[in-house]
Amino acid sequence: MDIFLQQIINGLVQGSIYALVALGYTMVYGIMGLINFAHGEVVMIGTLVTITVAGSLIKVGMPVALAGLAGLTASVLVCMALGWGLERIAYRPLRNAPRLTPLITAIGMSIILQNVAMIVWGRNYLTFPHLLPKIDFEIAGANFTAIQLLIVLVSGMTMAGLAFLVYRTKLGMAMRATAQNPQVAGLMGVNSNRVISAAFVIGSALAALAGVMVGTYYEIAHYQMGFMLGLKAFTAAVLGGIGNLAGAMAGGILLGIIEALGAGYIGDLTGGFLGSHYQDIFAFVVLIVVLMFRPSGLFGEKTGDRA
Amino acid sequence: MKRWLNPRSALGITLITAALVALPFVVAMGGQAWVRIVNFAILYIFLALGLNIVVGFAGLLDLGYIAFYAVGAYTWALLASPHFGLHWPIWAILPIGAGLACVAGVLLGSPTLKLRGDYLAIVTLGFGEIVRIFMNNLNAPVNITNGPQGITLIDPVAFGAFKFSGNSQIFGFTISGPQKYYFLLVALAVIVVIINLRLQNSRIGRAWQAIREDEIAAKAVGINTRNIKLLAFAMGASFGGVAGGIFAAMQGFVSPESFSLIESVMILAMVVLGGMGHIPGVILGAVLLTFLPEVLRYGVGPLQMAVFGKMLVDPESLRMLVFGLALVLVMRFKPAGLWPSPERKRELTGGA
Amino acid sequence: MGALLEARAVAKHFGGVKALRDVSLSIREGEIYGLIGPNGAGKTTFFNCLTGLYVPDGGGFEFSGAPLQANAPHQAAERGIARTFQNIRLFANMTALENVMVGRHVRTRAGVLGAMLQTRATREEEAAIRQRAEALLHYVRIEDKADDLAKNLSYGDQRRLEIARALATEPRLLCLDEPAAGMNATETEELRELIEGIRKDGTTILLIEHDVKLVMGLCDRVAVLDYGALVIEDVPAVVQKDQRVIEAYLGA
Repeated sequence: MDIFLQQIINGLVQGSIYALVALGYTMVYGIMGLINFAHGEVVMIGTLVTITVAGSLIKVGMPVALAGLAGLTASVLVCMALGWGLERIAYRPLRNAPRLTPLITAIGMSIILQNVAMIVWGRNYLTFPHLLPKIDFEIAGANFTAIQLLIVLVSGMTMAGLAFLVYRTKLGMAMRATAQNPQVAGLMGVNSNRVISAAFVIGSALAALAGVMVGTYYEIAHYQMGFMLGLKAFTAAVLGGIGNLAGAMAGGILLGIIEALGAGYIGDLTGGFLGSHYQDIFAFVVLIVVLMFRPSGLFGEKTGDRA
Repeated sequence: MKRWLNPRSALGITLITAALVALPFVVAMGGQAWVRIVNFAILYIFLALGLNIVVGFAGLLDLGYIAFYAVGAYTWALLASPHFGLHWPIWAILPIGAGLACVAGVLLGSPTLKLRGDYLAIVTLGFGEIVRIFMNNLNAPVNITNGPQGITLIDPVAFGAFKFSGNSQIFGFTISGPQKYYFLLVALAVIVVIINLRLQNSRIGRAWQAIREDEIAAKAVGINTRNIKLLAFAMGASFGGVAGGIFAAMQGFVSPESFSLIESVMILAMVVLGGMGHIPGVILGAVLLTFLPEVLRYGVGPLQMAVFGKMLVDPESLRMLVFGLALVLVMRFKPAGLWPSPERKRELTGGA
Repeated sequence: MGALLEARAVAKHFGGVKALRDVSLSIREGEIYGLIGPNGAGKTTFFNCLTGLYVPDGGGFEFSGAPLQANAPHQAAERGIARTFQNIRLFANMTALENVMVGRHVRTRAGVLGAMLQTRATREEEAAIRQRAEALLHYVRIEDKADDLAKNLSYGDQRRLEIARALATEPRLLCLDEPAAGMNATETEELRELIEGIRKDGTTILLIEHDVKLVMGLCDRVAVLDYGALVIEDVPAVVQKDQRVIEAYLGA
């Protein structure tokens, strides 16, 4: 039973990170129907920028907490600029192209970002600075750390903030209107370029936050780390019903838990034939199964193909 | 029926044949390494034309194509190496590899082909990763794939006693292993070009194009769109399987590393950059993207040393950077590819 | 003559909107059957159910004595039901000839293997497909446009091409969805001749049309839909005088 609880906790933590990243996919997809393949790389850039900024500030003697905060701020700003630039340079000119064109562009941008990161930060794994003290808690035989607690709390708060933004502000209303029908929203005076830019910028800020969390949690980072994370977050978005914000959050947490439980029990289930290194398979299996049987996701409305 | 053997095309065919025969001997003057590079270009042409059936003809974006290549390669590796002590002949392995790849294609395709384009892309991508993860991990508790170390000492292609590895004497000529493979690969590539051409102008080829143009109208005239799409998927997969087998035999070594997502993207890029559905365009794409890294390796590395006195950017990441940029720029400025078929060009630039 | 098509209590709703309410009608072999009604009456929905693009929520069809499978458009075509679309759906970047050749798909067999090996059977079939397609282009009088891309044809020619493509499937029932929409008087007259010719050559026709004059002049029997329900099914002379029909059209 304690393994079960332990895996639930691990899954919840991992799932909170997926949820933050999934929100970026779902916002962009909801508004313009594009799978922003490069979103995972934004997370990676977020982690690596934090390492550089916080790491060098700590080295010159700044208090750890302050350096961490500076690193977080820098990474959020860099990623917001990156998200804005991505949309402006790569996707905006293709707004009316057949849908495969922006998808291929997105793959291209993903490759570019990875390799720029490799040129800047090198090929090797980097260690993430210790920003938080290690404190362990124990409940009913399951352990968790202060870092894990903080990840869940911060992502919960961030998502609440996003929900407020989308459902209670003018910008949020414009975003929802554009997602419903860009032409009509335009006629009502919504500037769709600004709405789309906003979706990219907000999504990227969340990605940066997720990047910092991943770094603090796993304590290492690498220029290729964004890809798999992005893919899983996309799966989470599909699982929750792509285009649906609450769905992305729920999908992220659900996927985290499925993965953690799957990895914890796959050995027993297959009589030791498959081990926990098959963890990455669960996300893809979930993706394929969801798209096959419920392509609108668990919480999505049944909508027709907009293409 | 048009007779194509008028004097001019006869001359053209003779010249092309002569050039193709001379090529491996000319490039061999720069070393056998260059023959190997040429061989890879042809292997990629073969792969890209296989994928062209799926992407170019049927309009299905497949980002997991490399998985079928991997199935073919591992089939050869397991059935013709000391790993299991099996040494089956080519006429048994190659069809088995193609068949298994085809089955994998049908298994993946039948539930997913109703998905719209971008979802299909992600699902096939996921499938490619699943296959790779299995290859990486199926070494315990039963050692099937030998995990990340891969499988070595794989048998070369052989017809009876005639082996494609090592030097042979033919008509007093010495012909090297890579040169022999070259001719095998050219023969395969010619076959796949002919198959592509014939399919394009057939009942099935028209059905593919009709589905690409308007799926609902295609259904209404009685095309079973699901089966016809599945057919494209299965055919592409089989070609991938054959190419994988030849790859394993030619290298003598396979490991999961050769079958990463980036390889799928690379082959897709050959099709897309060259010109989807247009056979000469796809060939151009495959040749360009095979030689680009070599040019960068031999050109940019020394150039940096000469200008800056040290390596600022390593050629491998530069190669990927150029590749990513090429994808973005071509999609932006020539969305129908560098050498599109006339009709596809209209399709992709004419809006909607 | 017996019934070629029986619709039995066909129902279809979209959310709360009842697009078809238990529509039952029967089309006889060899007739021209008109389906009219105000905008949104459910005519095209009926077509889409019949040709397998929609799955009815209730009821079903029987075609020449055997039930039609729902949700299988390609099988409807195979059984002998062909259609055109209200907003014209041609294969825009294929030539006129190729469009009609695609229409032969369901009546031909050549597979991948035959195409790859270019067997004699495949070559002969391919030649037959081409010949038949050329003949059909001639039949609808656009043979001189054979090599033009479908999207470059004039509006009237696109309508004709769509009919030729439908005829290529050798239908027993040809369903035309507003074929005269957007046509001028001369074009409409030519279309009328074409439709009568098709019937004379043995194909039953189901016609959705807004042009009441065309329908009344052309059809043997007419059915009127209003708010998804069948109002009347009878010969034009009776339908024209029916009070309910007049009300439906005047929106009383």
